[in-house]
Amino acid sequence: MSSETGKILTTDGIPLEESLKQAEKKNKIKAFLLVAPLLLFLIITYMIPIGDMFSRSIDDKMVTNMLPKTYKAMENWDGKELPPEEVFEAFYLDYKILVKNKTAGKLQTQLNYEKNGFKSVLKKLARKQKKFEEGNYKEQIMKVHKRWRNVEYWRAIKRRAPSYTYSKYLKGVDMYSNEDGKIVQVSEDRRIHRILWIRTVEVAFFVTLFCFLMAYPIAHLLATLPMKYSNLLMICVLLPFWTSLLVRTASWMILLQQQGIVNDFFVWTGLVADDNRPEMMYNKTGTYVAMTQILLPFMVLPLYSVMKTISPSLMRAGKSLGATPAVAFFKVYFPLTIPGIGAGCLLVFILAIGYYITPALVGGASGTLISNQIAYHMKSTLDWSFASAMGLMLLTGVLAIYWIYNKLVGVDNIKLG
Amino acid sequence: MSKKADFVKFDKVDKSYDGKVLVVKDLNLDIEEGEFVTMLGPSGSGKTTCLMMLAGFETPTNGEIFLDNNPISNIPPHKRGIGMVFQNYALFPHMTVFENLAFPLKVRKMSQEDIEKKVDKALSMVSLGGFANRMPGQLSGGQQQRVAVARALVFDPAVVLMDEPLGALDKNLRESMQYEIKHIHESIGVTVVYVTHDQGEALTMSNRIAVFNDGKVQQLSSPDKLYEEPVNSFVAEFIGENNTFGGEVSEISNGTCKVKLEKGEIIANPISVKSVGEKTTVSIRPERALINPKDKMDNNQKGKIEEVIYHGDHTRVRLNLLGNSEFILKVPNSSQNLDIKLGNEINIGWNSHDARALDPK
Repeated sequence: MSSETGKILTTDGIPLEESLKQAEKKNKIKAFLLVAPLLLFLIITYMIPIGDMFSRSIDDKMVTNMLPKTYKAMENWDGKELPPEEVFEAFYLDYKILVKNKTAGKLQTQLNYEKNGFKSVLKKLARKQKKFEEGNYKEQIMKVHKRWRNVEYWRAIKRRAPSYTYSKYLKGVDMYSNEDGKIVQVSEDRRIHRILWIRTVEVAFFVTLFCFLMAYPIAHLLATLPMKYSNLLMICVLLPFWTSLLVRTASWMILLQQQGIVNDFFVWTGLVADDNRPEMMYNKTGTYVAMTQILLPFMVLPLYSVMKTISPSLMRAGKSLGATPAVAFFKVYFPLTIPGIGAGCLLVFILAIGYYITPALVGGASGTLISNQIAYHMKSTLDWSFASAMGLMLLTGVLAIYWIYNKLVGVDNIKLG
Repeated sequence: MSKKADFVKFDKVDKSYDGKVLVVKDLNLDIEEGEFVTMLGPSGSGKTTCLMMLAGFETPTNGEIFLDNNPISNIPPHKRGIGMVFQNYALFPHMTVFENLAFPLKVRKMSQEDIEKKVDKALSMVSLGGFANRMPGQLSGGQQQRVAVARALVFDPAVVLMDEPLGALDKNLRESMQYEIKHIHESIGVTVVYVTHDQGEALTMSNRIAVFNDGKVQQLSSPDKLYEEPVNSFVAEFIGENNTFGGEVSEISNGTCKVKLEKGEIIANPISVKSVGEKTTVSIRPERALINPKDKMDNNQKGKIEEVIYHGDHTRVRLNLLGNSEFILKVPNSSQNLDIKLGNEINIGWNSHDARALDPK
């Protein structure tokens, strides 16, 4: 065959490759049409929102669009000393329009993010600018507030000139670029996000661990019990799965609160004194308990599906070859369940790291996670670009975990069901 | 070294799973050291349960099992030192062939050097020398089976149990593996307890065969005796082919008896009948009945050919004989021109010694 360079022909003399393509074409089109709705759905509900999130998170056009003349005039300003007269004039003209349109508030907020105390300065200017005379705006503006003489404030305006910024991402890890353009950490008492990130990873890690420790024996039992019992047990495992998440979380609130059933039980058994009931809710304990219970099925199912395929004769073989039950378990059974462990842990960890409702309801202040912070910025501060940035950071983190996992275990070894 | 006649001993062993049905009833079985004993029986006859009790995965409900005179009912499986080959091989899929074989040696804390030596030896015994680094999934069924056998033998166990090890192989491979296992047994002299439902396998490989039915050993004897001299109609029926006549003993005298059938009468060898009037089933092997016998035979009957089936080396002829329309004859395919044609009447003869009058079905 190797010496034959000519194409292989079909019986009718058409090149084989072409003939094959022709024959497959119809099937390919059919297959594509079948997946097309799903593809479209994914693009609309998944790809576009992520793209939108990304553009939102780096979008900084608002200030740029509000001060067009200023930024044009600032192009030649090196930022070392106070800007020249034309910058002042341009800023006055831009600001005047904003005040007239009643949109100056947005600018004040945005510039205040950049430089603390900018808001009051701008507010004062908004009041005074009505009486400004034509010409020599530099003098007039500087007269309104002495901070206008401080070059820092002008630099703050200039920093917002580009229409794209990564400052939201820096803010997400408690950093910012200071007046000199250097990236530094925010002062210690304001580092809230880093704590949240660490807590999120910590909670996700421990929830995964607890889920694993509890799910492994359950899954093993499920896989080895006779059918009639294992079906019943399977229903018990899946029952919470079919119950609304809110209902489950709410029931945990009833169970865990200080006057709740669990505490009553502890008091009744004399484990704790009545006046010293432990707080099990609105803190990390509540988050751990509720999340572990809710995510347990995600660990049980992949483990079960893997364990079901492990022949019981393997353990017997191990024992008959002289291994104690413990050795047989760790050398024979356990390694064979690793694909299930991998799938379960990955699933639970990824779900836990972005968990929202449960920590929001039972987490309290010390049990809230990064997703609650994202929701807070979406709903309360309306800083959508920051929420988007944090959402994307979370997504990147999840992808990174997936990548590391793939390097360590190999995605092919995952068995999801 | 003299061989112990009761190296493995089942002593009045009963086994029940649910407290209602006895799966194994009053089992007494002595297995000699170095012997190859097969437990043969239909599925559900209790043979695998016996093997599992010996391996330690099931406990006898009553009675005791002795290994080299030591009671072993309370010894967990991993301390019994019994090798086992499982039906589906049970190779550890995440370990290489080498690691599979090294497993029993590692748990016995042998030195790396000894392990390598022993594994090499075991692999060459099953002629898989170059396969040490393969994964079980990369081997064919026959190779996996050989690895399983090697693994069960590598730690020099006193007894090796095999639970239908060849069940998953195709016919040709199964036959060659039968010889291979038999030769391994002969060369290392280990005691083997083998479970199968395939009588051909049992007859080929074993020193002795225990035929199980209904939780009981029906007969324990060498393959030839089992075939030639079955002690009851179950064994006669289960091992090999068999023609039967149901009837009643009408006359009994030293070494022969007359059995009255619905139509006619035959002379038979009384095995489990003692007195006149007993019901009996007479069993005759197909190859013991001849067409137009030259020698004088004490049974001579006429039968009508109802079916002729060509089998290559022999022809099977189904006759209607003395009211039994399922009477089978095996005629060797020699040049001898017998008048075997559908519908012909032919003369059939057999010796009364080969017609064994057994218990009624």
